[in-house]
Amino acid sequence: MARRTPKTRGTVPARAAGLRTPSWVGWLFVAPALAVYAVFVLRPIVLTFQYSVYRWDGIGSSTWVGLGNYGKVFTDPDLFATILNAVKLIVFFSLIPVVLGLVIASTIRRIAASRLALAARTVLFLPQVIPLVAAGITWSWLLSSTGLVNQLLSHIGLGGVTRAWLGDFSTALPAVGVIGAWVLLGLCTILLLSGMSKIDPALYEAARMDGAGPIREFVSITVPSLRQEIGVCVTVTVIAALASFDIVYVATQGGPGNATMVPGLEIYYLAFSERQVGTASALAVVLMVLVIVVAIPIQWLTKDRTS
Amino acid sequence: MSRRIRRWNGAVLTVALGGALAAGCGAPGGDAPQAEATGTSPSSAPTCGTAPVTLNGYFETGFPLPKDLADEFTKQHPNVKWNIREDQFAVITQNAPRVLADDPPDLMRLPQVSELVKNNLLKNLDGYAKAFGWDTWPASQLQQMRMVPGGKTRGEGSLYAMGLNFSMTGVFYNKKLAAKIGMSAPPATLAELDDALAKAKSAGVQPIAQFNGGATGGLAFPLQDLMAAYGPPGPINDWIFQKPGATIDTPSNLQATRHLEKWIKAGYFWKDVNAVDYATMMSRFIKGEGLFMFNGDWESGNLDKQMPGDVGFFLMPPEQEGGAQAAMSAPLTFGISSRAKNADCAAFFLNWVATDAKAREIGVKVGGSHPMGPADAAMPEVEAGTVTASTLEAGAKIGKDNGAMDFIANATGAIYAKSWTPQLQKLVAGQQTPDGLLKSVQSDYTSQVGGS
Repeated sequence: MARRTPKTRGTVPARAAGLRTPSWVGWLFVAPALAVYAVFVLRPIVLTFQYSVYRWDGIGSSTWVGLGNYGKVFTDPDLFATILNAVKLIVFFSLIPVVLGLVIASTIRRIAASRLALAARTVLFLPQVIPLVAAGITWSWLLSSTGLVNQLLSHIGLGGVTRAWLGDFSTALPAVGVIGAWVLLGLCTILLLSGMSKIDPALYEAARMDGAGPIREFVSITVPSLRQEIGVCVTVTVIAALASFDIVYVATQGGPGNATMVPGLEIYYLAFSERQVGTASALAVVLMVLVIVVAIPIQWLTKDRTS
Repeated sequence: MSRRIRRWNGAVLTVALGGALAAGCGAPGGDAPQAEATGTSPSSAPTCGTAPVTLNGYFETGFPLPKDLADEFTKQHPNVKWNIREDQFAVITQNAPRVLADDPPDLMRLPQVSELVKNNLLKNLDGYAKAFGWDTWPASQLQQMRMVPGGKTRGEGSLYAMGLNFSMTGVFYNKKLAAKIGMSAPPATLAELDDALAKAKSAGVQPIAQFNGGATGGLAFPLQDLMAAYGPPGPINDWIFQKPGATIDTPSNLQATRHLEKWIKAGYFWKDVNAVDYATMMSRFIKGEGLFMFNGDWESGNLDKQMPGDVGFFLMPPEQEGGAQAAMSAPLTFGISSRAKNADCAAFFLNWVATDAKAREIGVKVGGSHPMGPADAAMPEVEAGTVTASTLEAGAKIGKDNGAMDFIANATGAIYAKSWTPQLQKLVAGQQTPDGLLKSVQSDYTSQVGGS
C-alpha cells in the first residue's frame, strides 16, 4: 500500500585527494539497501500494477482485462465512495491535529518550565505509543451506546443526543475521525514543540517590545517559523487519513452500510474476502497515486525557501 | 571519473529495476492443480491401515469438537497421530485457497466450497461416498457440499466436503422474561410470535436480542426465518446454490422483508443494533437483556452452562398453525485437499465421526449439534429439558419437513459483506425500503454470479 518511500540513492562520498579508491566501492555499500529496496518496495509495486490489469482470484488462471479494473474503481459508486470517505477523513486526521497541535504546543511552550508541561507532553504523546488496535477497541467502548461518552452526555442533560456513535450512519465517519485526531494530535504537538524550541527567543522579545500580544506573536513568528514542521505534520497525517486501515477495521469494519469504508479496508476485503485481486490492485495503485499527488504539493508549499 | 560513475549508476539501477520488473512477466497464477476427472473409486472402503500415519489437520480456533474427536480417534486407532494447526475462521476463510495449494492438509475446516472446487483444490469425495455408503444418508445432509464439477451451481453433482455434524438455527428465548409476559409455550404461529413481541415491548421487556454491527449483518437471521415462514425453502436454496434464473426478489420474500421492517419500526430491536457485534449480543442476552434471540445451536452448550434451565429454543413458527417449518441448517464442513498425502485415512476418519457411537456422543456433547449419518442411527442420550435437547428435537422436525436451508449469506463470496450487511444496516436506519433492499441484493448477486 502507499507509503512514503525512503531515500536510498547513494551518493559517492567525497574522497580525499591521493586516496585511490575505485568508484564502484561506493556502490558496494549501497548494494544491500538497494537490493532490499528493489525486492520489498519496487517489486511489490510493479507486481501490484501487473495484477491490476488482470482479472485474477489469487490462485487459478488469470484473464487480461487491460484498464478495465481502473474503470471499475472510478465507475463503481461503492469503490469511489471509499476514496471520498478518505478525503473527508483528512479533516479529522490532518486539519484538527495540526491546528490544535499548534495551539497546544505554543501553550505548553509558555509554561515550558513547569511540571505541568512535562505531564501534558506525556499525556498527549501517549496515544502514539498505544497500538492502534488497542486504541480502536478502547474508543469503540467509549463510543458505544452505554459507553462513557454517552454517560457524560446524559449527566449534563444531553441525553437526547446520545446514540451508538459508531453505528449511526451520520456520526460513524466523524466518530472514526475523532479517534484518528486523538491518535495524531500527540505526534503533531511533539513535532511542533521541538520546532518551536529552535526559534530564536530574541524574535519574541523584539516583538513584545513592539507591543505584540500573544496572538500576534503566534501568527507572525511561531507559525511562519514552523513552516517545515507543519509541512511534515500535514504530510504524515494526510497520508494517515488516505491510507487509514487499522482504526477503521477495529472500530467499524467499514459499517454501518459502508459509511466508514476507506480504500485501505476495501483493498483488503476485495483481495482477501472477495478474491478480486485485480480490482484490489487497481484500487491500491489509484490510492498510491492519490497519496503522491496530494503529498508532493504539500512538500513544495512548505519547503524552506530561505536555505 | 564522473562519467564512469554515471555509467555504474545506470548499470546498477538497470539491474535492480530489471530484477524487479522481471517478476512482472507473464500472467499471474495458473500453477493450481489440474482438474480430477472423477472421484477415485476404491474397490473396498479405505481404512487407516496399521502402519503409523500422521494426519495433518487444519482446524478452527475456539471450537474444541474436531480436536476432541481427533483425540478419541487416536485412542481407538493408536497408529494414527495428529499434527494439528488452528486459526480463527476468518483467517481460514481468507487463506483457504493458498493453504490448500501450497501446504495441503489431509483434513481442513472449510469455508464455502465453490471457489475451492473451481480451482481444483478439493478432493472429489464421490468414491468415498459410495464405498462408505454416505449416499444412502438423508440427501439434505450432503446437499450443500455438492457441486457440479467445474461448474458454478452448488447443491447437486459431486461431493467435495463432509460435515462433522450439522447445525440448526432458530429462536432462543429467555424463560424468565417469557414468564413475565405470560408466555408459557413457544409461539405456534407467526402471529403468536408478533403478539409476544408486542407484549414484551409494552411490558418494558426488550423483545429481541440481535447483532447487526460492523461487517456482520445479523438481521439476516430473522430475515431468512421470516422468508421461510412466508414461503417454501426450495427457491431460497436455489438462489443460494446459484441455480440459473433464481431470484431473491420474490413476493413472499418481500412480505418477509416488510415484516422485518415492521419489527424494526416497532422498536423490537436494540436502538444501537447497528453497533452491536455477535459477542456483545451474546453477553447481553446472557445478562437477560432480550426475550428472543435468532441464533444457532452452536450456542446450546454454552447457554446450558451460562443460564441453566432458563433458556428455551423453538424453530421459527410457520405463518399458519401446523404448517411446514424451515431453518438455516449447515454442516460443520471439513474437506480433504486434492494434494493430501493421507486422503484415505482422512476419509475413514470422517466416516468414523458419523458412525462410531462414541464419536456421535462427542459430537452432540461438545458440538451441541445433530450428528451426520443415516436417519435411523442411534442418537446419543441428552438430558431432557436442556437447550441441546430441544435443538436436537428441532433438527428431527426439520428433517421431517425437508426444511433445511443454507444461509442466504453464503450465496456468493461477497454477498454478505457487500450486500446483505450494508442493506440491512440501511433498513434499520430507515435509509432503505424492503423492496429496494431485495432489488439491490439481487442486482449485486446477478453481477457477481455473472462476473466471476
